[in-house]
Amino acid sequence: MNSLRRFFRRLASNGHRDWIFIVPSLFLIALLGLPLLALILRSFDQEFFSYAFSPSALTALRLSLVTSLISVIIAIAFGTPLAYMLARWKFFGKSFVELLIDLPVVLPPSVAGLALLIAFGRQGMFGSALSLLGISLPFTTTAVIMAQTFVSAPLYIRAARIGFAEVDIQMEEAAHVEGANQWQVFSEIMFPLAGRALIGGAILTWTRALGEFGATILFAGNLEGVTQTMPLAIYLGFERSLGVAIALSVMLVGVSVVLLLLTRRLEKNHGIHQR
Amino acid sequence: MKRFFTLILLPIIFLTACSVVTTSSQVSAHATQAQILTVFAAASLTDAFTEIGQNFESTHPSVTVKFNFAGSQTLRTQLEQGAVADVFASANQTEMDNAIKDGLIEQNVPQIFLFNKLVVILPPNNPANVQTLNDLTRPGLKLVLAADVVPAGKYARQILDNMSKNADFGYDFSTRVLANVVSNENDVKQVVAKVQLGEADAGIVYVSDTVATPEVKIIEIPANFNVIAKYPIAALAQAPNPNLATQFITDVLSLGGQAILKKWGFAPAQ
Repeated sequence: MNSLRRFFRRLASNGHRDWIFIVPSLFLIALLGLPLLALILRSFDQEFFSYAFSPSALTALRLSLVTSLISVIIAIAFGTPLAYMLARWKFFGKSFVELLIDLPVVLPPSVAGLALLIAFGRQGMFGSALSLLGISLPFTTTAVIMAQTFVSAPLYIRAARIGFAEVDIQMEEAAHVEGANQWQVFSEIMFPLAGRALIGGAILTWTRALGEFGATILFAGNLEGVTQTMPLAIYLGFERSLGVAIALSVMLVGVSVVLLLLTRRLEKNHGIHQR
Repeated sequence: MKRFFTLILLPIIFLTACSVVTTSSQVSAHATQAQILTVFAAASLTDAFTEIGQNFESTHPSVTVKFNFAGSQTLRTQLEQGAVADVFASANQTEMDNAIKDGLIEQNVPQIFLFNKLVVILPPNNPANVQTLNDLTRPGLKLVLAADVVPAGKYARQILDNMSKNADFGYDFSTRVLANVVSNENDVKQVVAKVQLGEADAGIVYVSDTVATPEVKIIEIPANFNVIAKYPIAALAQAPNPNLATQFITDVLSLGGQAILKKWGFAPAQ
């Protein structure tokens, strides 16, 4: 309430200049906010709970949470060393690796799905070798995780790389001089100091994996309980009845909001801790 | 700063170049008041309607035909939510009936313009060695269908039900085949793609879908089990160009239009 009063006082004091900031901002806030508001309001007059807690909706939610969590764990386990290398080392082909990591972020997911299918499909370039071993990836939950990791892990690697790069290299060198081994350097210096970036990156990766649609439907297909994640169920629900799609969408918005709030909370706590 | 301007300038130059190219090709259209005819059509009609649309544009130089191809139920939902179109061509009567119920289309306006039947398709190298319809029950076979809300998926399940009533296939035929489903795709073209790429061992699609992909193998479904899909077409009640809509539908029902549909594997209704 107080801040609102301050806001209006600002407007009154030098109003004509502030509008230059306020009007464009409001326009974009409306574009971002109104669709979500409409979605939530519309969900009220539908049979929200019977849709949201139907067995197929809950199956999709559980599959989404499990697969996206595994994708995050893969991103952290394999992405942390990679991010560290990119932040600290100079090596041949580094700029190529950096480009490779940036690409999935800007590529349409359908391109990612098609590429995965052509590479790791049963008759794909590398998938055909796997199928000789009796491994077939398309239409499996593994394929869902691969698709999610493909599109979301780069977000974690980018965040972690920046986090590591911001840690003063002299602290690391000093620890090495003192006789700390690589693991101690990581657990005592790198993780505490770059922690905020790592956690932020991980949660961003998680939300991105949770929302993955295009690559999943192309590479993993759509089968309830196996590959039908929330976004796929929403798309199919849209064809079945709008009510189901709206209920599922509101649930996904809810989960994403909780995750994003969590990131902010963690960032804030960490900030206070540092000061 | 200089670099910043170059970065901004490049896309602008690119866009200007693009628009110059497009405007020059549309100059003749602008001279005679360009009109846009919007057609919402079932995904299975993609190839045939694109060709009919091109013909329509050449006989109506001032008209640009724009298509929105998707699953019939997606199209109907889009129309229901306010999408503007002149013509709606559905792959089944249900979605046309829903459109009538929603007041999008007036009663008795829709006309059946083609028939389509379904077939089983196999990848070119037939990895699961499927020889007969009975092989579809073999455990471990990877079968891909359109989802049960998509007309093609609904028909496929009806066919399996029909076959289950026959002692030759066995009363649990449908259950055993459906147990092999590894994916319910969002439209029938996705089913074709998965089989064509060899990712699935078999799929059930419209015979018309196989015309554009001659490399896939086909197993016919006997007429007594098959479902004949009837495609209705209609002008929308709120069509921005009702006259053009009527002309387009007349074109589709004409000898020429029906010949194009036949070329793409459909059975003409006229």
